[in-house]
Amino acid sequence: MKNIAAIVAKEMRLYFVSPIIYVVAAVFLGITDYLFYAQTMYYAAASAQMMRFQSNLPQMNLHNAIFAPTLMNMSVILLLILPLLTMRLLAEEKKSRTMELLLTSPLSVSQILFGKFFAAGFVYLILLALTLHLPIGLSFFSEVTWAPLGAAYLGLVLMGGMFLAMGLFASALTENQIVAAVLSFGILIGFWLVGAVSPAEGSRAAEIVRYLSMSAHLDNLVKGLIDTRDVVYFATMTAVGLFLAHRVVDSHRWK
Amino acid sequence: MFVPIDPLKTDKNLYLLLTAALARLADAKTGVIENRRFIRYDSGDTIPRLFQPMISVQHLSKHYGDYGETTAIDDVTFTVERGEVLAFLGPNGAGKTTTMRILAGLIAPTSGSATVAGYDVLTHPMEVKRRIGYLPDNPPLYTEMTVDEYLTFAGKIRGLRGRAVTLARDAVLEKCALGDVRGRLIANLSRGYRQRVGLAQAMIHSPDVLILDEPTVGLDPKQIIDIRELVKSLAGEQTIILSTHILPEATAVCQRVVIINRGRIVAVDSRERLSMQLRQSEKLAVRVRRGEGVDLGLIYKIEGVTQITPQEMASGSDGAVREWMIESEMGADIREAVASTIVQQGWGLLEMRPVVASLEEVFLQLTTQAQGVETAYAAGESV
Repeated sequence: MKNIAAIVAKEMRLYFVSPIIYVVAAVFLGITDYLFYAQTMYYAAASAQMMRFQSNLPQMNLHNAIFAPTLMNMSVILLLILPLLTMRLLAEEKKSRTMELLLTSPLSVSQILFGKFFAAGFVYLILLALTLHLPIGLSFFSEVTWAPLGAAYLGLVLMGGMFLAMGLFASALTENQIVAAVLSFGILIGFWLVGAVSPAEGSRAAEIVRYLSMSAHLDNLVKGLIDTRDVVYFATMTAVGLFLAHRVVDSHRWK
Repeated sequence: MFVPIDPLKTDKNLYLLLTAALARLADAKTGVIENRRFIRYDSGDTIPRLFQPMISVQHLSKHYGDYGETTAIDDVTFTVERGEVLAFLGPNGAGKTTTMRILAGLIAPTSGSATVAGYDVLTHPMEVKRRIGYLPDNPPLYTEMTVDEYLTFAGKIRGLRGRAVTLARDAVLEKCALGDVRGRLIANLSRGYRQRVGLAQAMIHSPDVLILDEPTVGLDPKQIIDIRELVKSLAGEQTIILSTHILPEATAVCQRVVIINRGRIVAVDSRERLSMQLRQSEKLAVRVRRGEGVDLGLIYKIEGVTQITPQEMASGSDGAVREWMIESEMGADIREAVASTIVQQGWGLLEMRPVVASLEEVFLQLTTQAQGVETAYAAGESV
């Protein structure tokens, strides 16, 4: 446990001396805020219109109209941005040969990987926490329903775990950070899009494809619905990513 | 002194106390006691680990490539005793780094075994890693960190905790003369300092074994001497393997030299015996005062003499003084016969000395005509 803590501390330190994280945070928050602003404006206009027709639709609530679409948009931005947080983790260690220091120390491969995963996770949680200024800001003007919002954020946290684990796996495959980033884009976009090209409805294949599709699972959570199937999906994907990364790192000994 | 006592097993406790006392005796000289981990008694072992060589490499081979077509090392066998400094000498690409990487647990051998402190690198990698400090040919540095931060991290991942980290860090900072740069970013350090930070990283946890891969490469002469002095000062306390392709380095710091070429060990011995044994012929330099009257035929008649070559004399010396190099078969001691012949003939024997090949010559001989030497070696003593 102390070993993992040592790795986490080191990775955090390296994250915060590198400019990447600041650029990533600035871009992420800028786009998120803009999308939130656009969504809010749209909602304001739409609700004014609704008022005129005197027909208050039940789904015109703050969560469904503003937070759910904003958070879904956020997840797409995260899909493009989180690989930038993970690309460095193993590729850089291999390129600068510092991996040799880690691998000749009494650390297990799991400890190394968990340390890196948790460090990236902390950075991601900080990013997410920074977006909380949106609902908090809005709560001064309107009534925010915190429970479904909490479920939505839980969804983003779980999704982040999967993104980071897959990114770690991609980073384990190469010495080149750009290759690592592009690989994790590929993997994540693959999981994102797999639902879009589903085979014939009702077939067994369609079911499997639908289960693999990330957006459907995220959609439930973002709407405020915590379904164990979705939680299990993200937990499983995270475990798979970490397991694959473990296999890749461990296999270097046998080259 | 810390002795881990197992309350259930009295015979083990007796053994532990005994080994602890022995280790204490051994350590009394150096004063290093706190950092030592005592060797655990494993009932499965035939020989208690304390009495095994610190490093034992048996028939180690490593092949690279999909079909194992590239041979990095082939049937390498050697041992290193506790407290010994061993040089791994060979031209670039001879397999030094591969052997060290296997010992450090970075790569697995294709066949053969390697043990450190009695622990096999394949089956007990953690036990081995706890006991080694490894400096790869490229020091593994996080250039975005300061020296202090880096060494603290290195100490932590080697299992040091709390105050022990700071103490160990300050100790190696002093040992490696890094005090002046401790707050600087590693990225801004010169090559010599970086190498020393790498060395500090390898020894921060006072490991039993230090594995140093070309520790002086790329340094200036002053820095090379500093590093050698440092390594020498660690001898006895720690077991050290260092690789080099520079001969004076091996002679300067090591008690024993392993010469390796194209993946095979061509010689293992102390450096004196190495140069003795590898002479394929005995050489005797003879200098006489009245060289013009010498009849070489008389010398050739002495049993064992194979060749006589005149040596060039320094200018300005007495015109009649001559020198010859007399070569003879291995094992034939011709000194007495040569001396008495020269004295009887009244040529005026000025000097007679056996010529020992320098390690440099041995090295060149071994690595350039490895074939011939292997056979000569096989005929001579065992490796």
